[in-house]
Amino acid sequence: MITVKGKAAFGGIVIGKVKEFSKEKNVVRRTKITDVQAEYTRFEQAREIAIEQLGKLYDKAVKEVGEANAAIFEVHQMMLEDDDYLDSVKNMIETQMVNAEFAVATTGDNFASIFSEMDDDYMKERAADVKDISERVIRVLSGVDESKSLTESEEEAFIIVADDLAPSETIQLDRSKVLAFVTRQGSTNSHTAILARTMNIPALVCTKLDYDVDGRLAVVDGNSGKIILDPDDETIASYEKLLKEEKERKELLLRLKGKKTVTKSGKEIKLYANIGGVKDVGSVLQNDAAGIGLFRSEFLYLQSDTYPTEDEQFAAYKTVAEMMAGKKVIIRTLDIGADKQIDYFDLGKEENPALGYRAVRICLDRPDVFKTQLRALYRASAYGNIAIMIPMIISLWEVQKAKELAEIVKTELKKEGLPYGEVEFGIMIETPAAVMMADELAKEVDFFSIGTNDLTQYTLAIDRQNAKLDMFYDSHHPAVLRMIQMVIDSAHRNGIWAGICGELGADTTLTETFIKMGIDELSVSPAMVLPVRDKVLGTE
Amino acid sequence: MKTFQYEVKDELGIHARPAGMLVKVAKGFASKVMIEKGEKKADASRLMAVMSLAVKRGETVTVTVEGEDEDTAFEGIKAFFEENL
Repeated sequence: MITVKGKAAFGGIVIGKVKEFSKEKNVVRRTKITDVQAEYTRFEQAREIAIEQLGKLYDKAVKEVGEANAAIFEVHQMMLEDDDYLDSVKNMIETQMVNAEFAVATTGDNFASIFSEMDDDYMKERAADVKDISERVIRVLSGVDESKSLTESEEEAFIIVADDLAPSETIQLDRSKVLAFVTRQGSTNSHTAILARTMNIPALVCTKLDYDVDGRLAVVDGNSGKIILDPDDETIASYEKLLKEEKERKELLLRLKGKKTVTKSGKEIKLYANIGGVKDVGSVLQNDAAGIGLFRSEFLYLQSDTYPTEDEQFAAYKTVAEMMAGKKVIIRTLDIGADKQIDYFDLGKEENPALGYRAVRICLDRPDVFKTQLRALYRASAYGNIAIMIPMIISLWEVQKAKELAEIVKTELKKEGLPYGEVEFGIMIETPAAVMMADELAKEVDFFSIGTNDLTQYTLAIDRQNAKLDMFYDSHHPAVLRMIQMVIDSAHRNGIWAGICGELGADTTLTETFIKMGIDELSVSPAMVLPVRDKVLGTE
Repeated sequence: MKTFQYEVKDELGIHARPAGMLVKVAKGFASKVMIEKGEKKADASRLMAVMSLAVKRGETVTVTVEGEDEDTAFEGIKAFFEENL
């Protein structure tokens, strides 16, 4: 079993046999010609046939991958009509008295090198286009039959492995016979990568596969960007399990996508998703969540070597707000400390980090850091439906102080002429103190979101990482469930909504219990959105 | 001779597809249409030349139109830039 890493151009998992796509190299020989006119006519005729072939490919591509993605073949046609390209071929035939194949190959290489030397990734890719059209003309000139495609004679579907694939080669393959594309070169920017995405076929590029792979069994894992040659039984079994889950998820998606999350008695539950960064928004949309219930803003701080600037934060929040297009995006303010340490914060060692200097405590102690984040959040609120959520609250004054800072920020922005929108202001309920204070706290905020992980740890006084405590730990402990009930009741008494964004929210054995308790919102990992929706739809 | 300046707003700049469309439009006029970016200059009716200018978003090009139908060509080319780039 050999595992080789590549760059994922499109996700998905397949298991199957490999077929090496080796191109018959057009070996172009330079020969001397005598009749310049006849040679140029040969080129002209070949060029016309090539343009016609590209026209057919364009039509096929329009049907299979849409007009925008098919446009590359129109561009290829136009490249074969480019005056500079034609002049170069003509000039070479005339002055050097060489055969058309050689003139086309040399011209193609020359133009390709102009593009590949450019300081621009997109333009670099165009070198492959020039080579592709030149090779097509050469194939016509040397009488290679174009109509036979690689997969035509094959019965079963394959994982296609190649050094590189031109868009024209990709589109010519019969889609039902292709399980995945794996190329040794190429980039995620290439047209082939784009086509693979549109065709919904897992694809890896830049895969250092220096083996004779033809005919071998392999697993392509487009999700983590690797190919596994000759997988052992255990590996196959684990991937088959993944495939089965993926299939079930797709079925669930087909059945539940676009449906509202309502109980049989007609109560609608806001079903949101938890994310850790901008990159997760894609899966939120794919899984059809109604919004984002927990956007962990820590990633901005964790991936940086110093405090992220207001503009950097603003850009990230704005992107997510825009991508969610008016759906709710609840952003939790900085929640570091305890198990999440960042060097430049210089937090120092603590005896008891879980009970220490963390989350809102840092923010209120260092209002400069907090204000930068608040400014970025309010500025981004002009571009979507943003809500702010403060973690680790224990006292009323903390909420009041945070709101005071928010007011200062809004006044500043107004003075500077920077726009901001309506922002819901909420807190996380994750300490027993906040549960006991819920009635007072509710009067200050627009919503509660229960963080069940911390709430369980603080209520039961159990560190979940400690294996010795397993026999004492109960994630459904009645003390925690009663606390959740108290929080929901306090929220409703004061006219605000309550949700759960901790792991318990995705526990489908509790969904019915939470609905009975009166929960308004559940925020779960993107992959759990549809299973939870399924559960809600089956509940009274 | 007529001339205008234009700042490219398309995310990918003058990439392959619009370059191809531009060539088609430019070839429809008798006038010579030239595009200049800094020191580099390209005939708008030549695809590879236009593409090799590698004009990116935010860059400004100077477009010059010269010939018997330069008034209509000027309007046509300008409209093309505004709509597509």
